[in-house]
Parts: sequence; C-alpha cells; structure tokens
Amino acid sequence: MPAVSKGDGMRGLAVFISDIRNCKSKEAEIKRINKELANIRSKFKGDKALDGYSKKKYVCKLLFIFLLGHDIDFGHMEAVNLLSSNKYTEKQIGYLFISVLVNSNSELIRLINNAIKNDLSSRNPTFMCLALHCIANVGSREMAEAFASEIPRILVAGDTMDSVKQSAALCLLRLYKTSPDLVLMGEWTSRVVHLLNDQHMGVVTAAISLITCLSQKNPDEFKTCVSLAVSRLSRIVSSASTDLQDYTYYFVPAPWLSCKLLRLLQCYPPPEDGAVKGRLVECLETILNKAQEPPKSKKVQHSNAKNAILFEAISLIIHYDSEPNLLVRACNQLGQFLQHRETNLRYLALESMCTLASSEFSHEAVKTHIETVINALKTERDVSVRQRAADLLYAMCDRSNAKQIVAEMLSYLETADYSIREEMVLKVAILAEKYAVDYSWYVDTILNLIRIAGDYVSEEVWYRVIQIVINRDDVQGYAAKTVFEALQAPACHENMVKVGGYILGEFGNLIAGDPRSSPLVQFNLLHSKFHLCSVPTRALLLSAYIKFINLFPETKATIQEVLRCDSQIRNSDVELQQRAVEYLKLSSIASTDVLATVLEEMPPFPERESSILAKLKKKKGPGAVSVTDLEDSKREGGELNGGGDRGPDTSSTPSPSADLLGIRAGPPVGTAPTSAGSLLVDVFSEAGPAAPSAAVHDDGFLRFVCKNNGVLFENQLLQIGIKSEYRQNLGRMYLFYGNKTSVQFASFATTVSCPGELQKPQLNVQTKPVEPLVEGGAQIQQVLNIECLTDFSDAPLLNIKFRYGGALQNLTLKLPVTINKFFQPTEMSSNDFFQRWKQLSQPQQEAQKIFKANHSMDTEVLKAKLLGLGAALLDNVDPNPENYVSAGVIQTKGQQVGCLLRLEPNAQAQMYRLTLRCSKDSVSRRLCELLAQQF
Amino acid sequence: MITFVLMVNRQGQTRLCRYYQSINMSRRTALEANIVHTCLSRSRDQCSFVEYQESKVVFRQYAALYIAVGITEDENELSIYELVQNFVEVLDKYFSRVIMFNLDRVHIILDEMIQNGRIVETNKSNILAPLNALDKMADG
Repeated sequence: MPAVSKGDGMRGLAVFISDIRNCKSKEAEIKRINKELANIRSKFKGDKALDGYSKKKYVCKLLFIFLLGHDIDFGHMEAVNLLSSNKYTEKQIGYLFISVLVNSNSELIRLINNAIKNDLSSRNPTFMCLALHCIANVGSREMAEAFASEIPRILVAGDTMDSVKQSAALCLLRLYKTSPDLVLMGEWTSRVVHLLNDQHMGVVTAAISLITCLSQKNPDEFKTCVSLAVSRLSRIVSSASTDLQDYTYYFVPAPWLSCKLLRLLQCYPPPEDGAVKGRLVECLETILNKAQEPPKSKKVQHSNAKNAILFEAISLIIHYDSEPNLLVRACNQLGQFLQHRETNLRYLALESMCTLASSEFSHEAVKTHIETVINALKTERDVSVRQRAADLLYAMCDRSNAKQIVAEMLSYLETADYSIREEMVLKVAILAEKYAVDYSWYVDTILNLIRIAGDYVSEEVWYRVIQIVINRDDVQGYAAKTVFEALQAPACHENMVKVGGYILGEFGNLIAGDPRSSPLVQFNLLHSKFHLCSVPTRALLLSAYIKFINLFPETKATIQEVLRCDSQIRNSDVELQQRAVEYLKLSSIASTDVLATVLEEMPPFPERESSILAKLKKKKGPGAVSVTDLEDSKREGGELNGGGDRGPDTSSTPSPSADLLGIRAGPPVGTAPTSAGSLLVDVFSEAGPAAPSAAVHDDGFLRFVCKNNGVLFENQLLQIGIKSEYRQNLGRMYLFYGNKTSVQFASFATTVSCPGELQKPQLNVQTKPVEPLVEGGAQIQQVLNIECLTDFSDAPLLNIKFRYGGALQNLTLKLPVTINKFFQPTEMSSNDFFQRWKQLSQPQQEAQKIFKANHSMDTEVLKAKLLGLGAALLDNVDPNPENYVSAGVIQTKGQQVGCLLRLEPNAQAQMYRLTLRCSKDSVSRRLCELLAQQF
Repeated sequence: MITFVLMVNRQGQTRLCRYYQSINMSRRTALEANIVHTCLSRSRDQCSFVEYQESKVVFRQYAALYIAVGITEDENELSIYELVQNFVEVLDKYFSRVIMFNLDRVHIILDEMIQNGRIVETNKSNILAPLNALDKMADG
C-alpha cells in the first residue's frame, strides 16, 4: 500500500516539511520556521473562522516545529477545539498536541477534562483510547480528581473492549503514580490481578505494568498475582511457539510479556506454596535449558529475544538468592556470554554477574571468571563495557584476589577514560583499604593512585590515607619513608605534596635517623615544592613546617627564616599570612614544652565508616556499593575494620591462651575473690590454677561505669591511673603506671586480653609494649586504642607483671571498658520518648531491676551519675518529676543500638526501680546489670 | 520504564521524539544533542547500551536512521532493543516512503506500542488495527 494514498492530503504540511528538509543551514531552517509560525499565528488570530481541517493542519505544523526542538507557546486553544471534533484524525492531532505540549494551565485543563469526559462516555473505543491516553500522558492532579474513580471501573467492566482495557490499565498506573491518594483500592483490585489470566495477551502486557507498580506499594494485597504470574509464564515457556500466533517474535513466544512476568515476580520473595515454586523452578530451568539448545533461527532478533528472557530469568534467580543450583547455572551461562562475540551480550553478562557476585552461593563461581574479566578490562573496545568489567572486578574482590584486582585496576587507570577515572580511583582506594593485610601495601597503593591519577584523587581519598596512617602506629614509619621517596620525583602531583607534607610533619622523625632523609633534607624537599602549589597546599605545608620545628629543633632557624621572609609574612593571601605570622611568633616565644603540647602528634581519628565509601555511595546511589555492604555482613570484616592479625609489633591482642598461661602459674583459683563475676570464674576454670597475686581486681571497675578518669588501682607499690575518652565506637584510654617506691621496677610488662565472648571479637584493643624499666617515683604511660565492634558484656583484662626487689609481682585488673562508654546522647521530646518507649515493647527488649539504694539518693549525685553514663538526661519527659529518664544510642561498628532508660527512686523505701529498653536485648540486660550497682 | 523514544538521521536531525516524562526545552535540546553525538560516534561493534546520566539509552541503527530509547533501571535492555526492531518492522509494514510526511501516523503507531512509558502491545496486527480502520473510513 503506497503511503501517499493514506495521507489525508495536508498538502501545506507536506510542502512545509519538504522546505525544512531542503534547508541547507540551521539559520535557513530557523528562518523558514519563523515565517511559518507568523503565518499560523495570523491564521489563528484572523477574523475568518477556521474549519477543522485547517486547524488540524496548523496544529500539526506546530507539532512538527516542536519536534524540531522549538518551543511552542500558542495553539493550545485550537488543539482543545480539535478535541470536540467527530473526526478521528482531528481529534487525534488535538490529543497528541495536548499530550506533548501540555502545561498546567488550569483553564485549559478544565476544557480538556470536559472533552475527555465526553469521549469516555462515547462508548466509541477509539475515542475512549485517545482520552485515556491523554490522561495517562498529562496525569495532572485535576485530571486525577476528575477521573480516578472512573478509570478502575472501565478497566474491569466486562463489556470493555480489549484495546480500551490496555489504555485504561496504563492510565490508572499514571494516576496511581502521580496521585496515589486519589486512587482508592477497592473491589476492582482483585479483578485487576485476574487480568493476568486474560485471553488477550495485549491486555496482560498492559495490566502487568499496573500490577507491578501496585504490588511494589501494597505487596500483601496483591500477592495472589504470584501464582497467576507463574502459571501464565509456565504456559508461555512450555508452549510450542505456534500457540501464541502473532505474539511470537522470531520463534520466541511472547518475549516482552515473559520479561514483564519475570520482572513482576521480582517484587516478591520465592513463592511459599511448594507447587507454585516447583512450577516456577521448572520454568527457570526450561529457560536456562533453551539457551543451550540450537537456535531456531539464525537471525539476531531470535537470539536477542531469547536472551532478553534469559537475562530476566537470571535476575529473578539472583533476586531469590536461594537456589544454589540455579545460581551456579546462571553464573555458568553468564560466563559463556562473557566470551560471546556480541558486545551487547558481554556487556549484559558483566552487568548481571556484578549482582551475582554478591550472592554467597555464587561468589566463588563468579571469581573463577577473573581472568576473562581482567582481559575484558584490557581489551574491550567500548568504554561502557570496560566500565562494567571494572564494576565486576570491584564486586568480585575479596581478600584472596584483592592484590591482583587492585593491581589490574591501577594499571587500567593509566589509560582509563576520563569520564570514569574518579570513580575508579574511589574504588581502588576502597578495595585497598578494605583488604589491606599489610598497611605498607595500602600506603603504596594510594600513593600510586595519586601518582597515576592525581587529578582524580578527591579530598576524601587523601584524607583517608592520612587518617589511616595516623591511626596505625605500625605503618607510620613506612609511610614517612615512602612519601619521602615519592616526593623526590621532579614533578609530583599536588595531592602527593599534601600527603607528604602532612605525613612528614607528623612522622618525619621516624626516618630522620637516616642521613639521606635528615630533618633538613626533608624540609628542603618539601619546601622545593612550595612555590608550585596552590594556597590550600601552601597553608598545609606551613603547618608542616611548624610541626618540624617541634620535631626537630635543629631546623628551627632555617624554618623561621623561611617564615620571616616577605613572601610569607606579607603574603597577599590572608590565610597564609596569618599562618606565617602566628607560626613564627609561636616558634619564637613558646617554650619547648608549650610547643610540644600545641604541636603534639594528631590523636587518632574517631570516624570509622570510610568517607570514601560514603562518597561512592553518593555518587552511585545506594545500589552501587551493595556488594561491599554485603561483604561486611556476610564475611568477617576487612582487616582494617575488624581484623585480628595486625603487625607483629602490636602485642595488644595476643592470643588468649598465652595470657591464660600467665595466670596459670600458681595455686588454685579458690582464693580468687568471689566478687570476680561469673565470667572470670569461667576463665579461671578453663585456665586452671592461678596465682593469688593474679586475682582479678575489679573493685575499681564499677567505679568507672559512670566516669572516665581517676585511680583504678592502688597498693603499696603501684598506682594505676586512668584517663579515657570515647567518641562514637572508638575509645582511647591512657593508663598511668606510677612507681610509689624508691626502687626500680624491672621487667615491667603489661598485656591486655579480651577473654570469653570478647574474642569473637566484640572489642578490639590495641596497644604498644611499655618500657621494661620503671624508675622509683617515676610514672610511665600506656595508650590503649579501643574499638567497639559489637555490643559486649565482658571486660578486657589488664595483666601487669614486674619484678620488685627480685620478687615477681603479678596483677590482673578488669579494665573499665563498658558498653555505655559508646553512648551518644540523644535529645528528644516527651512525646518522642514515650512513642519510642512503646515501640520497644517486646518483653526481651526490656530489662528491669528493683534494688536497694547503696549510695546517696541525692538528686545532684544521681544526675551526675546519669550524665556520666553517657546518655542524654532528659528533663520534663517523665510526668513524675522524681523520676529520671535518659536516651542514647550505643555506637558499635556494626550497628547502632537505641537505648531508653528510666530510673524511679523511692526515697521512703530507699529503693530504686530501673528499667532499660533497648533495640537489642543483650544491651538492655547488660546496662541494667551495670547500672543496678551504681546507685 | 521507557523515558523517551528518539529517532534521528545521520545529519543529526530529529525525526521523531516522544518523552514519557516531562522535560523542559533546554534539557531536551541538551539531551538530544548528546544522544545525536553519541549515535554518530558509535561504531557497529560497540555496545548498544550506554549509560546517560541516571538512565540508560538503548541504541539501534538502521542505515541512515538511528533510534535511541531511554530506559530506567527496571527495564530489560535486550527486550527494548528488540522492541525498536518491532517498531521499525511495523513502520515498514505500513509505510512505503519517508515517514516524516506522516508524523501523525507514526505517533499513532508509537502510541499503540508504548503508552505512558510502558510496552502495551507487541502484536503487529493489533498495533496497526486502528490505522487500518482509519484508512477504511477514509475520513481524511
């Protein structure tokens, strides 16, 4: 059929289109368009009333002009007029114009709504479709108000034509999305689900989109769709392709419908009904089997349609994540595609495998394809495919292959497309941190990153490497050495200078012993970069210089000279000038002690969630890092975050058995004070006999539940003081060992151990060995870095051994690290408090104790204790002013535990009732136990 | 869902566009310019799926004509790739010459296949039914 005969003779339009097509330049096109717009405007404004045909022609021209990319600001009224035409083509152009060019001009919407209303009640199916389609396209609030109750009726009415049902389904979907409050669920909902059984495949196709959307919002109400969808899918998959007549596409039965059905099933968990599940598994197996069968056609359309279904089936298998057999088959299938000659299939296989890598059943199977994926990263000609390969490497990375993957990603970075470099840098940084077994590797990797892709290394990345170096003693010397070497390069990236300046400023002393990196050499090296750097970097370098003055007094004169020169002290940048002036003054007037205090080494950084990870999340949206999150939850945490095996020089977490051996050297445990607590009795009973002097002193322990500083232990020989500070899930505890005698303590050694449950590990405590000699009257200090991984009830033990006048002294103390130290106070109103209180109503979430007062019941004393607990003490919350309530969140590495506390004193009876409600029951119990001994 | 359907020729001129999410003219111009650029710079052995901002674009080339379909994450790429083929086959079946002169009818066909960003009909006879009825009425 020649198309010309079908045209309806809009000759003017054809002429106009030809003119445009013949335009040689953009300018000519614009000129022609402006001429036409003027013409149409004058026709619309003219005195002569236009007939339907002319209106249609001009509106059509406007549409065409809009299509070319020009805004149209008139003609709406004429389009609305066309809606009331009885001629289909005129009406259709009118609706098309409205659909494409609508603005929320309320006056027009009223007119449009009128026309729609007429068409909906016309019972002419083609008119009804146009009207429904228009609502679906515009979807404005006014339209929803006018038609939201009408559409469901049309959709499920028995006498509605199939084509109208299709439009109604998608129209309703639009209204539900834009104005869900106006689409009321009702009797029609169950009938909508049954459209899955409709004879007409087009109706099913349209209805699935609606049902999928409704199911996502109201899964329970629509869950009957699962079994219906499975049986429909099963009929399609198992049928010979001829059964479905025109819905078969290149010998593939109803590919689009199959995809949609499989997608709908992904809104739900695997079917509970065994029969339904069996049928579905059979379908999925059939789909996987078909992929291995010889193709029924050599046409690419055939294999594409078949593979579309296959990929959707694999998505469903991954979504269920419960059938190891199917997951492994899916992985093998994708593995075949990785080497397929069709780029599209390689791309999709990489993408799909990325999600598969996060399933514990298939993670290992995915890993077997590592070489292929690395090869893809190196050889794929299309950047989007390489990007997928990089994503997949990131997803399949674990401890076993981290070094290889990071190395490959780093070498890819050298040639990577600019568009993806920043993301690649973040990913390398995250993997390097997450799987760092030795931190020198981590430092090397990040410095390499800066070297290779310095411009793409965001602040988060170089902040992070500094945080880690500062928090980890064992890598500081190596880091200083490495940055020193990296800075030797004649042209090094400014980010390298920043990291170098910071690290040498803090830890330059660790390499100063080597004459090749003596203080002055270090300084000159840094300063040689100074003039090439931007203001923020210069500011950082100035701070590094003043730190140098503290670290190396011998550099003082040189540095002061630099600070004093005009380009510094009179710098036009206020920040630089201020730093130069202040640092110069500070270095001239402050005593060494003051200087040492002001310029002390940076304390460890408290924050633990990697800022880089946060950045990647922000960049890619929540889905992007799911793999990493999963790794955290399914595997034991990465070395950095939770790891047990540190470098050999950190004797902080020795194996518990070694510690028990220390305790074992002596008579039976029977002499241990009974107050030692059940946990310790357990430890001893396993450990066998213990020295009497090693009896655990825990009387100090309880005094520190509500305070952080003080004397933990004291006898005739030794005094142990504590200062501690906690932030989020991290803590730092300073222990001061004071020799009260005038005689030297020899072989002084301390060990910290985490007994019992703490080994899981719940706590991570690190420290360095102390000096073995403590002179008479002297005091030595030891720092413990504590990380709370999860909530805990036991306390770490501190064992101290030393020789005093030849006699071996052995002492074990319970360290006052209690779960409440990791409290973050939470302020809340009375309403909030009681609302949350009610939410935590499961019996095991509550712990309660009624006990006799052991200490003063004075209000101020109680308040001080509750404040010391760490939670926020809330005023005006409890209706009874005598009562105390507190709220806080306990921060552990893995989770946050919300805690609410209520203490009701009864002064008359000298009793308290203490109630704890926490989102985790073990925390409620532990806090209640601890606190009951405090009042 | 499908966010847009765009058809451009080798000269980079838009031949058909349909958006299923509201988009203002400046963003539309930028998007189309970008898509045209991407289309024209793609070679045959490159992948047909490209990430564009938050969505993905599925490309298919027919001689001098490029079709680009924007989709959100929850769409199946290959099925959209074949949907384009199906659309073109329908156009082929109905028209025998330049589709540009029959813009309204191309829109009717597209509307029969995709409504509100969702695939609504894939059966060629059903898609063409209204147009054929129209031609019979010849109400031009």
